[in-house]
Amino acid sequence: MIVTKNLSFSYGKSTTFGFPDIAVPSGESLLITGGSGRGKTTLLHLLGGLLRPQAGEVVVEQINITGLSEKKLDRFRGQHIGLVLQQSYFVASLNVLENVLLASWLATGKQATEKAKQLLQQLDLQDHLHKQPSQLSIGQQQRVSVARALINEPGLLLADEPTSSLDDENAHRVAGMLAQLAKQYGTALVIVTHDQRLKDIFPNQISL
Amino acid sequence: MIAKIAWKNIWFKPLNTALSIILLTASVAIITLLILLQEQFEKQFDSNIDNIDLVLGAQGSPLQLILSAVYQIDAPTGNIDYTEAETWMKHRFVQTAVPLAFGDNYKGFRIVGTTPDYLNVYGKGVNEGRPFAKNFEVVIGSAVAAKMNLKIGDKFFGSHGDAAEGELHEDHAYIVTGIAVPTGKVADNLILCNISSVWAMHGAGGHTQLIEGVKEMEADAPGHEHEHHDEAVTEEGREITAVLIKFRSKMGIVMWPRLIAQNTKMQAASPAIEINRLFSLFGIGLQALQYLAYGIMLISGISIFIALYNTLKERKYEFALLRVNGASRLQLLWLVLIESLLLCTTGFIFGTVVGRVALSIISGSSESEFKMSFNPLEFVWQKEGYLFGLTIFVGILAAVIPAVKAYSLNISKTLANA
Repeated sequence: MIVTKNLSFSYGKSTTFGFPDIAVPSGESLLITGGSGRGKTTLLHLLGGLLRPQAGEVVVEQINITGLSEKKLDRFRGQHIGLVLQQSYFVASLNVLENVLLASWLATGKQATEKAKQLLQQLDLQDHLHKQPSQLSIGQQQRVSVARALINEPGLLLADEPTSSLDDENAHRVAGMLAQLAKQYGTALVIVTHDQRLKDIFPNQISL
Repeated sequence: MIAKIAWKNIWFKPLNTALSIILLTASVAIITLLILLQEQFEKQFDSNIDNIDLVLGAQGSPLQLILSAVYQIDAPTGNIDYTEAETWMKHRFVQTAVPLAFGDNYKGFRIVGTTPDYLNVYGKGVNEGRPFAKNFEVVIGSAVAAKMNLKIGDKFFGSHGDAAEGELHEDHAYIVTGIAVPTGKVADNLILCNISSVWAMHGAGGHTQLIEGVKEMEADAPGHEHEHHDEAVTEEGREITAVLIKFRSKMGIVMWPRLIAQNTKMQAASPAIEINRLFSLFGIGLQALQYLAYGIMLISGISIFIALYNTLKERKYEFALLRVNGASRLQLLWLVLIESLLLCTTGFIFGTVVGRVALSIISGSSESEFKMSFNPLEFVWQKEGYLFGLTIFVGILAAVIPAVKAYSLNISKTLANA
């Protein structure tokens, strides 16, 4: 679950964002929409601990992550927060399975091979385990990122424009899988997007 | 896991990796080769002059005299009169004096006329059989025995001069009476006989009697030099090539070169001084090669740096992603550093191997040309340790900037601008 209070952030002196408080319990989802330049990605990075807010609190799984040291934040992020981005990035030299396992190893020190395989199968990727990520289609790559984001069963799953670069069919597929898996793992899901297609799938919405 | 990613990463760009490793291998190989060559070359040259303080020989280049008389790798400066040399061999400073007379060879191995004392200058006497006593009896070096497959009792004909193709002396066959103890020195590649054999081989028929006289004398007295001198008259007109001198007192080393130069037509050369001179001449060439090798190492360092730095641009998303997944800054720093160190270690290992292969090839050709072989399996731990340290240092240096960049990567900015 995630709760924020009075979050604000500024880029230099000219651009300051104030964000509405949000609260997403485990297993629920929230869609944050807004045109470009409204601070959607900034908010997502604040929630994920990639940026530190100027003021306010971000509480993930009962821990206020704004107060954590850089090193602890890296650890916490690895264990409790999953992130899916508009474009998927991978360690290019590792295959699909290894990329997912890497996330598991970085967070826990162990490689949850069985779980990774199961998760990839659930995402319809069982035939691509040993391919290089670059050999997959964009839709498939996006599903690998979902698997990687969920391998540690995080309390919070963040998605930044997860469907913007996908066609209708793949967009629906990825969005559906996100919603279903978040529910299955009891993860709070926050999606920021300007993709109108997602509005039908996620009923909880706020607009920046 | 970090090491595994690093390993996979370096093989993900095989051409970059190959370039870096080849450059490193080349520089490490050259330096290793130089280290081994220098070490073993100097050791071989030095070990051969352990028991020789001065060499008495015909006037000419002192270096040539040393190379021919001590190392058997150059032509002699000329001949000296045995009678004259002998008066100096009896000098009170002298502890041992071993005369040498060159004449023939057997399939490229020099046949040297000398006294059995020669075996003690270089080694520890005879392994099998007994020292030569009569004319045309020979003791062969251990390497000659092995290569020519000669055993005690075998007979062979020598050819005239230094070249294996020289005119064959078919009148007299040499007979093997002993095989010398292997020493790792020049004596291993020589065939030793008494001096009168050399004279007899080249003398005119009329001298036979004189030769017989000398023969008897030498047969009686290996080591008993006094009897030798009583019959010195019979040796009048006979020539030898050089005398290896060891002094009782070090005064001789200082005084002799002048004494000899003023009083005779001979010269006395110090092997230690001449070999030092030779090494300092070599030194310039070796140093030039060494600089070249360090230059190549510098280039390989730059090549690693460029490879790491270039891929950093495309890999910054990868690094941001690793951070998102819970990797710490330090782990990213390690990742870059380990990649560089893997390259360097691989390059170093290949380089040491290639350097040794090169040495064994060189050893093969120096063996056949100069009868000097090198051991490629020797490790000069200290110098090669320094070389390894240097390689690692180059690796760290090349990785520092990319590693720090990875360490201080702003993940939010990187991902937001994607």
